[in-house]
Amino acid sequence: MLERGEVANSWRRERWDSLRLLTPNWQSRLPGYPYRGTDPDGFMSMPEVVEHIAGFAAAAAAPVRTHTTVTSVSRGDDGYRVAAGGGEIHCRSLVLASGAANVPRVPQLSQAVPAGIECFTPFDYGNPQRLPAGGVLVIGASATGVQLADEIQRSGRPVTLSVGEHVRLPRNYRGRDVLWWMESSGVWSQRYDEIDDIERARRLPSPQLVGTPEHTTLDLNVLRAAGVGIVGRLSMIRDGCALFSGGLANQFALADLKMERLLDTFDAWARGDAADIQVGPVERFEPTRAPAAPRLSLDLRSGEIRSIVWATGFRPDYRWLKLPVFDHRGELRHDGGAVVGAPGLYAIGLPVLRRRKSTFILGAEDDARDVVAQLAGYLAG
Amino acid sequence: MAQPSVNNGVNVQALLDAREALKNAPAAAEFTWRASCKWKNGTHAQSTVRGFRGLGEEQKHKTEFSFETDHPEIFASEDHGATPVELVLVGLASCLTAGVAAVAQNRGIQLRSVEAKLEGRMNLYGILGIDSNVRNGYDDIKVTFHIDADASKKDIEALVAQSQKRSAVYDIVTNPTNVTVEVV
Repeated sequence: MLERGEVANSWRRERWDSLRLLTPNWQSRLPGYPYRGTDPDGFMSMPEVVEHIAGFAAAAAAPVRTHTTVTSVSRGDDGYRVAAGGGEIHCRSLVLASGAANVPRVPQLSQAVPAGIECFTPFDYGNPQRLPAGGVLVIGASATGVQLADEIQRSGRPVTLSVGEHVRLPRNYRGRDVLWWMESSGVWSQRYDEIDDIERARRLPSPQLVGTPEHTTLDLNVLRAAGVGIVGRLSMIRDGCALFSGGLANQFALADLKMERLLDTFDAWARGDAADIQVGPVERFEPTRAPAAPRLSLDLRSGEIRSIVWATGFRPDYRWLKLPVFDHRGELRHDGGAVVGAPGLYAIGLPVLRRRKSTFILGAEDDARDVVAQLAGYLAG
Repeated sequence: MAQPSVNNGVNVQALLDAREALKNAPAAAEFTWRASCKWKNGTHAQSTVRGFRGLGEEQKHKTEFSFETDHPEIFASEDHGATPVELVLVGLASCLTAGVAAVAQNRGIQLRSVEAKLEGRMNLYGILGIDSNVRNGYDDIKVTFHIDADASKKDIEALVAQSQKRSAVYDIVTNPTNVTVEVV
């Protein structure tokens, strides 16, 4: 195993200060390494995640070469040639486990932000105190966007949140954590080849969740009540003015309907297969309240906004992967982790790689078993 | 998936096949739509559509379609046709309605009737130049659907939401579009 830094490097260096996992501790299990702490329903802080993963690395005792950055992977005789840490490794087979979130994805239109506005991504944000005083525009309402909007608003900086397509979830449903439902009902185990539109599933933003000791729900109604201004998707910056979509009400409708369909799925499971499991009564949540007249434009030169946080997602960085394995959008082409057109090359830890849970810590085990079985078959073949 | 008994007059299979085919032929997916407009008199004009470009070549409608536009008499006009802003509502309504039919077919929902009413609110202080803080266009547009179909209220709401999500005119109206106007 080649690691550019230390074990759990991205958890050590590429997360904001207050972040906690979205999954409760009991779900943060790795193969043969369950959570053994005293707070199974809590959510790990980043130092705790680092400790957990480092503990697993020690228990698993897999050989890890730390501080060894891979600078290129290319075809070699009967396999691949890996340049790393100043040396070269030849291998017949190899697994890309560098993840889906290597660099923040910031849209092209950010280049039109007027001078004088400070821009941040989740990688350099850290905490609200790093932002200048004054108004903050947060772009994006996935888990990252809603969490940052919430803590920045609490820091006394008035936040405007730009909301496009998003996934709404309550933290708790019928007395259980919503991610307990995702796992227990089987939704998370749904396989990539059983999903109607896999490309769409792989592009879904992360759900609006936060891991807090209070198990709070952090949806757009909560943010609005906290004073956050909600506007539509940022569609253009023209003459220093940010222009937002007027389609906000439909974004709310889509997310509310999708959440209800998911809760219907949970309810059907609770009535059927899980009739003997204790859960609370069926709940339904208030629809997302649309502002009567959401703002359609915001003059970025007026002084109202001092900084922008681009919570617009992440992407993998494959600049070192010198193989023709990308589609026209630059995305890795793979079939359940087997990279297309590159025998012996596999990927793991990408969105819905083999199952809906592929990018969650507890999702590693099943995917790894499947991918390793294919890899072993290839080597034996 | 579409159930064979459901028929809204939409050939969903052809649309799904086209989607698959265009995935691998990005150039064919580049369309150009056209309209021509001729001034008649006063605020009266006549617009026509016939040809467009798509699937890599010139295409055309079976016949030329023509639209009269004018303004009502209270605008000191002769009222030979709808106002252009009403045609925008027509475009939005018909796009969303076509979308409802297509999505319903794809989801196996039989439609019996679909009616939409649209209202766009506008303050004339904008176009008359009385107050520069008032925009020329609509302040807001409200669309109300009455749909009779073999589906629950929630499924019908989902139908309408999906239609908005995939509507070209809804996108044009809710998001800015770069417009260049030249005189040659």
